[in-house]
Amino acid sequence: MESILEVRDLSVSYRLRGGDLHRALDGVSFGLESGEVVGILGESGSGKTTLAVALLGLFRRDSVVASGNVLFQGKDLLKAEPNELRGIRGKSISLIFQEPSVALHPTMRVGQQVRRVLAAHGMSDRTELDRRTREVLEALFGEEAERMARAYPHQLSGGQRQRILIAQAIACEPAVVVADEPTASLDPTTQMEILHVFRGLRKTLGLAMIFITHNPALLSGFADRVMVLYAGKVVELGPATETLVSPKHPYTQALFRSIPPLDEPHDAGKRSLPTIPRDANLSPWPPCGCPFEPRCRERMEICKSDDPGFVNLSETHMVSCFLYENQ
Amino acid sequence: MNTSTDDRNMPPLLEVENLVKTYSRKQFAGPREEVRALASVSFSIFRGTTLALVGESGSGKSTLALCLACLEKPTSGLIRFEGSDLLRLGERDLRAIRPKVQMIFQDPASSFNPRWKVLEILAEPLAFEGTRGRDEMRSRAHVLLQQTGLSSDLGEKLPIELSGGQRQRLAIARALMLDPELLILDEALSALDCSVQAQIANLLVELQSARGLTYLFITHDMAMAAHLADEIAVMSKGRMVEKGLPDKVLKQPENEITRELLAAVPRMDRSGPRAES
Repeated sequence: MESILEVRDLSVSYRLRGGDLHRALDGVSFGLESGEVVGILGESGSGKTTLAVALLGLFRRDSVVASGNVLFQGKDLLKAEPNELRGIRGKSISLIFQEPSVALHPTMRVGQQVRRVLAAHGMSDRTELDRRTREVLEALFGEEAERMARAYPHQLSGGQRQRILIAQAIACEPAVVVADEPTASLDPTTQMEILHVFRGLRKTLGLAMIFITHNPALLSGFADRVMVLYAGKVVELGPATETLVSPKHPYTQALFRSIPPLDEPHDAGKRSLPTIPRDANLSPWPPCGCPFEPRCRERMEICKSDDPGFVNLSETHMVSCFLYENQ
Repeated sequence: MNTSTDDRNMPPLLEVENLVKTYSRKQFAGPREEVRALASVSFSIFRGTTLALVGESGSGKSTLALCLACLEKPTSGLIRFEGSDLLRLGERDLRAIRPKVQMIFQDPASSFNPRWKVLEILAEPLAFEGTRGRDEMRSRAHVLLQQTGLSSDLGEKLPIELSGGQRQRLAIARALMLDPELLILDEALSALDCSVQAQIANLLVELQSARGLTYLFITHDMAMAAHLADEIAVMSKGRMVEKGLPDKVLKQPENEITRELLAAVPRMDRSGPRAES
């Protein structure tokens, strides 16, 4: 199948105040096929948000050094002109942010905020604007659409606000939706609701999605493939079922072990959870070698000095680790 | 805790009876309306144990926490802490109780003065108490830094220079400066990454067994609640609808609300990674 979005060897560095560079993404490559959901799993500092904004070229070019390619319909978004990007953002590729309460205008009715997205992308006919706004809100709120459209953000719950952001994101029928932790600020019941909305949209609109999260359980039964980021590098990329059930990279394994299980008996007294030693943000960026090496319990001599590169475990599953080199 | 069986013969550390808190809310150009944040809540926590409080946003969990920490005045009801009735104590007597109940919030970044160094942050609760000297303060701060897994050379750093996990450790260290009995943890792990949550959860377990602390652990996370708690209480619309041992609540929930909360927990087939570990 053809990739609609192709990321090749993407590296992004932020220029720090002293002039030094902080590398947030390092050689990330993957493709997104149409209708596919790729889940990106990473903890804070792993570069997942940098990846989300890089896909839309949403950073100040003077403070960021980016290399590689983000190819969308044959065009490299990293090299596109600002006006070309404006035509693509929100129309062909849209982004859903983490915090719905700060992403909405506080004193504008939310229906109007959805309508403005359509207007910004060239729809000018009033009846057409009204019709499409209603249609999009109905897709998310059903019979309540009309009442919702008149509300201000503060009158809505977190879940309802998140639905408005989703409405804005899908209004122009984009080819790709990038969602950066869209459920992080919601309670589990609402989180479930929003995931349900995404599942439905995926079915009805055939959306391709990049779903960024730090919670692996959210990807189960939703994502087709999972990509695990650690310190700006892809450490594992594979089919969701395989990667979530039997992860291969020592980091992915350790991350999953650190989450308390729901279904095991709890009457055995308090045990400690298996943790990953040390703090990710405290390890200095290794000049070479595997970024997870200082915290890895299976580290070998070679991990300190050499970049593991990628090992293909199967046609679809790859892992960046020397443990699998001779398989 | 397993040791809690012995403590059960003693009176509970905290007893709450028929606690009610109503807020009156004025709608813009509308009538004043009463919102019942807590509608008659009763429970008790024994010394050295953990009660986890779960429920949807708006179910009254945080209001309950604020009432217990004497930061909100309940409309009616009774809070008995170590035998004294908190709602009938005068401000002077309350001042003696307050240090024993400490709160830790979700976002440690916003609960520190950003311009204060770590040592100043730790010293503040003692200054409020006003009885200890500078040297004692310093040595106590260093002991707590160590006990919460922070290196003592962090003393001169600002909160912004710490990682999320370090900040939450600092929040715990600050709460422990006054030797509290009860720690109220309001979503204290929710803003942290999974791997950091595990570290802080382990720290909480260690501190509890070392100091005999009592925890009220407020969370959305059913799995973490079950992992840390001796009992889980489920709240909905200002009421405690179910309370019991974690395995009981998780495996044979009696209330519909509990069943709904459990159904909403995202699950992953974990047989693979667990079997390998």
